[in-house]
Amino acid sequence: MELQRVVKFEAERDPEFVRWITQTVGGERIRHCLQCGLCSGSCPLSLYMDYTPRRLMHLSREGFKEEVLSSYTIWLCTCCYACMVECPKKINITHMMYALKTRAIREHFYPKRFAIPVLAREFSRMIRGSGRITESRLVMRVFFKTAAWRLLGFSKLGLQLMRTGRMRLGREKVEHRADIVTLLNAVDEMKKELAR
Amino acid sequence: MPDARNGGSAPAAKIGVYVCHCGTNIAGTVDVRALTEYAAGLPDVAVAREYRYMCSDPGQELIRRDIKDCGLNRIVVASCSPLMHEPTFRGALIQAGINPFLLQMVNIREHVSWVHTSKQEATTKAKDLVRAAVRRVRLHQPLEKRRVEINPSVLVVGGGIAGIHAALNIANSGKHVYLVERQPTIGGHMAYFDKTFPTLDCAACILTPKMTAVGSHRNITLWTYAEVAAVEGYVGNYKVKVRHKPRYILDDLCIGCQECVEACIYKEGRWADEFNFGLSKRKPIYLPFPQAVPQKVLIDPEACIEFKSHKCKKTCVEACGERKAIDFNQRESFDEIEVGSIIIATGFKTFDASRNVYYGYGKYKNVYTSLEIERLINASGPTGGEIVLSDGGKPKMVGIVHCVGSRDHNTNRWCSKVCCMYSLKLAHLIRERTGAEVYNFYIDMRTPGKGYEEFYDRLLDEGVHFVRGRVAEVTDWPVHPSEKGKLIIRAEDTLAGFVRRIPVDMVVLSVGLEPQADARDVRRLFNISCSEEGWFLERHPKLAPVSTFTDGVFIAGACQGPKDIPDSVAQAGAAAAEAMALADAKYVELEPYTAHVIDEACSGCKTCLTICPYTAISFVEETKTARVNEVLCKGCGTCVATCPSASIEQNMFEDQEIFEEVEGLLAYA
Amino acid sequence: MKYAYYPGCSLKGTGRAYEESLLAVLRVLDVEVEELRDWNCCGATTYMSFDELQSYALAARNLSMAKQAGHDLMAPCAACYLVLNKTQYYVRDYSWIGAIVEHALDAIDLPKDISAKVRHPLDILLNDVGLDSIRAKVVYPLRGLKVAPYYGCQLVRPYALFDSQRNPTSMDRVLEACGAQIVYYPVKTQCCGGSQKGTLPEVGLDLIRHLLAEAQRNGAEVISTVCPLCQFNLEAFEEQASNAHQFHFPVLYFTQLLAVAFGVPLTDAGFQRSFVSIKPILAQREIAYA
Repeated sequence: MELQRVVKFEAERDPEFVRWITQTVGGERIRHCLQCGLCSGSCPLSLYMDYTPRRLMHLSREGFKEEVLSSYTIWLCTCCYACMVECPKKINITHMMYALKTRAIREHFYPKRFAIPVLAREFSRMIRGSGRITESRLVMRVFFKTAAWRLLGFSKLGLQLMRTGRMRLGREKVEHRADIVTLLNAVDEMKKELAR
Repeated sequence: MPDARNGGSAPAAKIGVYVCHCGTNIAGTVDVRALTEYAAGLPDVAVAREYRYMCSDPGQELIRRDIKDCGLNRIVVASCSPLMHEPTFRGALIQAGINPFLLQMVNIREHVSWVHTSKQEATTKAKDLVRAAVRRVRLHQPLEKRRVEINPSVLVVGGGIAGIHAALNIANSGKHVYLVERQPTIGGHMAYFDKTFPTLDCAACILTPKMTAVGSHRNITLWTYAEVAAVEGYVGNYKVKVRHKPRYILDDLCIGCQECVEACIYKEGRWADEFNFGLSKRKPIYLPFPQAVPQKVLIDPEACIEFKSHKCKKTCVEACGERKAIDFNQRESFDEIEVGSIIIATGFKTFDASRNVYYGYGKYKNVYTSLEIERLINASGPTGGEIVLSDGGKPKMVGIVHCVGSRDHNTNRWCSKVCCMYSLKLAHLIRERTGAEVYNFYIDMRTPGKGYEEFYDRLLDEGVHFVRGRVAEVTDWPVHPSEKGKLIIRAEDTLAGFVRRIPVDMVVLSVGLEPQADARDVRRLFNISCSEEGWFLERHPKLAPVSTFTDGVFIAGACQGPKDIPDSVAQAGAAAAEAMALADAKYVELEPYTAHVIDEACSGCKTCLTICPYTAISFVEETKTARVNEVLCKGCGTCVATCPSASIEQNMFEDQEIFEEVEGLLAYA
Repeated sequence: MKYAYYPGCSLKGTGRAYEESLLAVLRVLDVEVEELRDWNCCGATTYMSFDELQSYALAARNLSMAKQAGHDLMAPCAACYLVLNKTQYYVRDYSWIGAIVEHALDAIDLPKDISAKVRHPLDILLNDVGLDSIRAKVVYPLRGLKVAPYYGCQLVRPYALFDSQRNPTSMDRVLEACGAQIVYYPVKTQCCGGSQKGTLPEVGLDLIRHLLAEAQRNGAEVISTVCPLCQFNLEAFEEQASNAHQFHFPVLYFTQLLAVAFGVPLTDAGFQRSFVSIKPILAQREIAYA
């Protein structure tokens, strides 16, 4: 029997995390959460989560950053808005999940070769480079960077897609590719300005 | 300075200015010492003092003494809002022997210290306001309050437990009460219940004695199936028009024997019985429920054949025989009554559960609202007190869902106060009658009243399951073999930390309370307000919960906000006491802020007649001038401003007084 | 009627049938569309998880160009539809987001006005074209074909701009106008998992299985979708999801069903791209087709 002593001291709370989540888009009303559990009850993915959405909301507003950013919850969330539609306090839960996901990716709170952050990164890389996504190329890039052997399992599907003309191999791109880069850089620039 | 209007023959004004500290409430932001010194230097100010709490006895004593000793004839008090203490200071003037309307109050709390942070700005503003008041008060004239007599009769609108209790109280004191109820019987929502929490008293057993007392009381005129159509007048003198809806039964002749119902052409009921929420059927001629007061039947013209084809055999008339109580030609009729005060006790309605689509009300067969279950449980209900499923079987597992239509920004934000308690009551009754496993899904268990927490304790002992989690959905889609054929409730068990699916046979939705559907129209009839959510607005939520901003109109019970029976009865008693106090005072004094027409100047153009929102102005044919009824006049000033020949003046707001005040404000030097 | 048309990346790839059938149907209804020149990826849900503000800027570029084009912007992919609308709302409600987006558009010489109206084809068909016009163009009625209308999670959530949020019926009404019979489908707005099937396979499969099972339980013959990823998920993994119950539905875009009814040749409406052919069911129901 492996015993573990768990008590949470105030020093373990991260006040910056609390400030950040209450100021993030959608987090303004997080203090209104009644902990009623309707979000978890409506969420189709909550069955798999280690911390249900409701629990995650409370952990977030109390500043338990480690638990929150290393939870499975933020990766399982598909941002389907089922929780928001029902929430009796009209809290923008979905947008907070986006914010937590972004922060977890940025601060590397995920296991090695984890598919979701790899997908996010490859997606953004492809957009920066071409302005549009070529699905087939994106899928292959992600698989190669995570679990290349799984591609074999998809070979039948891949052939079906090719047969029905649904797999484009040529690169989809916009004309003004430089514009996309300028656009994205301008955003980063302005973000830094505002942070100051 | 001589009084300008009297041509200089009036005594000179001797003004006393009193600046209140209000502890640190004013003194913390306004430099009261500087203000007092400034006031002392103003023209015609004989005395200027400051004090910590002017409204206190010593504070008022300052004023009284100065009036006697220094011969003051005008007073300015710079303190809080007149709404708080104008009567207090007027009282001091009366005690000192001068007319109370020779007072002007300056609000340096709500208007200055509460809205400024800079001491310098606040003090400057206070000085401006005091200077303006000093200039104005010189022109104040003595005025007398007018008295109106109070009619001791009372109108109670709504015959639920609150209306019944208020009516009995007042009737027992010897005054006459008109009780008007729009349903064909009194009793309100309480008549639907089987037992009441937390004592599990039988609702009908405690309600029906009061109902019959109302029905037989010699001081109560009971009008059911009637509504208030129009209200005119003012406190102590209301004229009310009541519309009687046609029952097609002659009230005085029907004895409630119900032989007509037996004899009706329709052998079986075919129309949804409203009292049982459609769970049973009734005939076109029916008694609303067995203990109805008055015990008289009524006919539904939409269902009765006679109204549609005029060819019915009319077996009902035959059965009524010599009594001849049925009258198919009855029309709606009106009564006009005069009362001194009105108590509105129109109650609530329940939340329409079909608005919460995910709970399946109206979609799945065994999803009921709490009121429907009350009828199933009630021995005089559609199933004789048997709690059964729609197919007649006995439920083995029942889920009770709290907070349906409450605490939800999507529907109603408020907590409906009674649902946790009645959900516990239903859990107890269902378990007792059927032995079923009962699950209560709640967010917080709200049991604040006397004996309520103890009731919860009792339920905990009885083996009812409590799951803390707001129900996300009720579905019939089985995922696990044990769920086949059941309704599955899906909710997160927040205390355990995971999502649960609980299959039940019957779902009870604990619906919240809402204002009546036509509350916003009814409130206009009586000239009162509604709060943002639609409940009738009380004068003060803590200190005046049963009076409204309209003198003489009181509210009681759930129409003021969701509440249980003890609180409704308490409020009804309170409203009755206020109505009785009004009646026993025999008269009420009206503020003299009224307008009056200067006959010599009036040109008879009649513009003011249509402008007055209180229809207080009439045209006098003999003099061809307008006249203001000072009792109806509310002092709004519209006619004063409108009159093209400036021939209407208003006490306390005469042109000169206003100009002086304005010039005082602008004369910063 | 003319609209600017924003296909989105999927409609050029796995969702080709959507574009083909949509354009064919619009031709029959005399609705003109012009593909937005040089449109870029909207970012969908994935970019929003990477960098929220950049994601708004990407969407804003398309909106600015659409505003210049001067017509309402038709966005058939539910994810694109949501992202474009969301960007407009957030730019309006949060001044600092607006400032960043404006700065970014400025940097690439595009006007700041991003107020182009973003519409979904269902909205356009229902409210601009009208059910009567649709009924008038039906040549091969769908004779009670049982359709499970799957709206997916992004069409009416969180913004229910043209249909009810909890119980949308726009697709129901449009398909009923062509003679289809809509079956009861209570999970019509439940998420299909999106990209989870690729990243967390067992989770994704479970969600897909639930949707397919519910359709089967209610007697659907065909599933109709509005989003290319939903269509892909339900179709591509039908076999994998089959266990005790075998799933073999044709999973189509609602525009494909409209195309059948309008007499558009099946190959012009992308039917050759389906994994499960609809022809046996059409034959069984005696529904004619081109």
